[in-house]
Amino acid sequence: MKDMHELSIAVSMVDMAVEESQRQGGVRVNAIHLKLGKLSGVVKDALLFSYDVVCEGTSLEGSRLIIEEIPIIVFCPKCEAETPPTATNNLCCPKCETPTPQVVRGREMEVTALEIE
Amino acid sequence: MSAEPRLIEVRKNILKQNDLLARELRERFRQANVFVASFVSSPGSGKTAFLEKTLTCLRPNFRCAALVGDLATANDAARLARAGVPVKQIVTGTICHLEARMVENALGDWDLNELDCLFIENVGNLVCPSSYDLGEALRVVLMSTTEGEDKPLKYPTIFNTADVAVITKMDLAEAVEFDLQAAHKSIQAVRPGMRVFEVSSKTGAGMGEWLEFLDSQRQKHDR
Repeated sequence: MKDMHELSIAVSMVDMAVEESQRQGGVRVNAIHLKLGKLSGVVKDALLFSYDVVCEGTSLEGSRLIIEEIPIIVFCPKCEAETPPTATNNLCCPKCETPTPQVVRGREMEVTALEIE
Repeated sequence: MSAEPRLIEVRKNILKQNDLLARELRERFRQANVFVASFVSSPGSGKTAFLEKTLTCLRPNFRCAALVGDLATANDAARLARAGVPVKQIVTGTICHLEARMVENALGDWDLNELDCLFIENVGNLVCPSSYDLGEALRVVLMSTTEGEDKPLKYPTIFNTADVAVITKMDLAEAVEFDLQAAHKSIQAVRPGMRVFEVSSKTGAGMGEWLEFLDSQRQKHDR
């Protein structure tokens, strides 16, 4: 549990937020907004749990992590259109079943905004 | 009544630090003209045996070296060293994946200009390594015949972030009634168009095609 993948991700996020808050003159950060793609390899619940653990004892203690899950969007070469794939582990077009190797969205792991006091 | 929250726009990728370091490593490898490949799989898929075989075959013609990551022991480094190449073990302690910073630290005093190829064996783990760029030119995911045909379906991200796949332990395929066609179908479902190799490190089956591919990749990146 101690060195779970999501824990080091949470540490990176909190470090980033503390740095930004200091840059803004030491404002209190109430929440971190995060875009998390479904193909990012990070588990949402594990990240939420890790976040609380990491914030303890820092200026972010008590703050919230608000995660916007980004669904996977692929590009179908046959339909020439963007579409969600049939499944995360079945990257093909739900309409014509053509394989869709091109992933347009869904790999994100991006802090988009900080909510400050 | 609470006011609207004040927002500071950030737009920063979380793994920016690792990605930046990986980019630096990639450039360093390019400058020194070293072809770098990394290998990921479950524990027990046969990464070390596969790498040992690969290194043994390459050694007569190319200057190779390897880095191997494990939570504990230097056993894998010792095995790879049997191929007669420089090997360094990265002991991660409790960290379940390799990161760019660990690779950079491990390279230490090695002169990259003296190398043609560098192979990085990741910690046995099909989950976490997918997020960490190590600066490699090629990422290989391995799965063995003893793991089941649907392995890729269960771990789509690691297959999706790798470049090619290798099915290992083909010598055991019949004994475990491995459905090769189903395995190929699983791989194509999570990574359409992925090139797949079937090998047995033990018998040497399939190694020819794999080595040929490796050489073409090395030449592609040769300056």
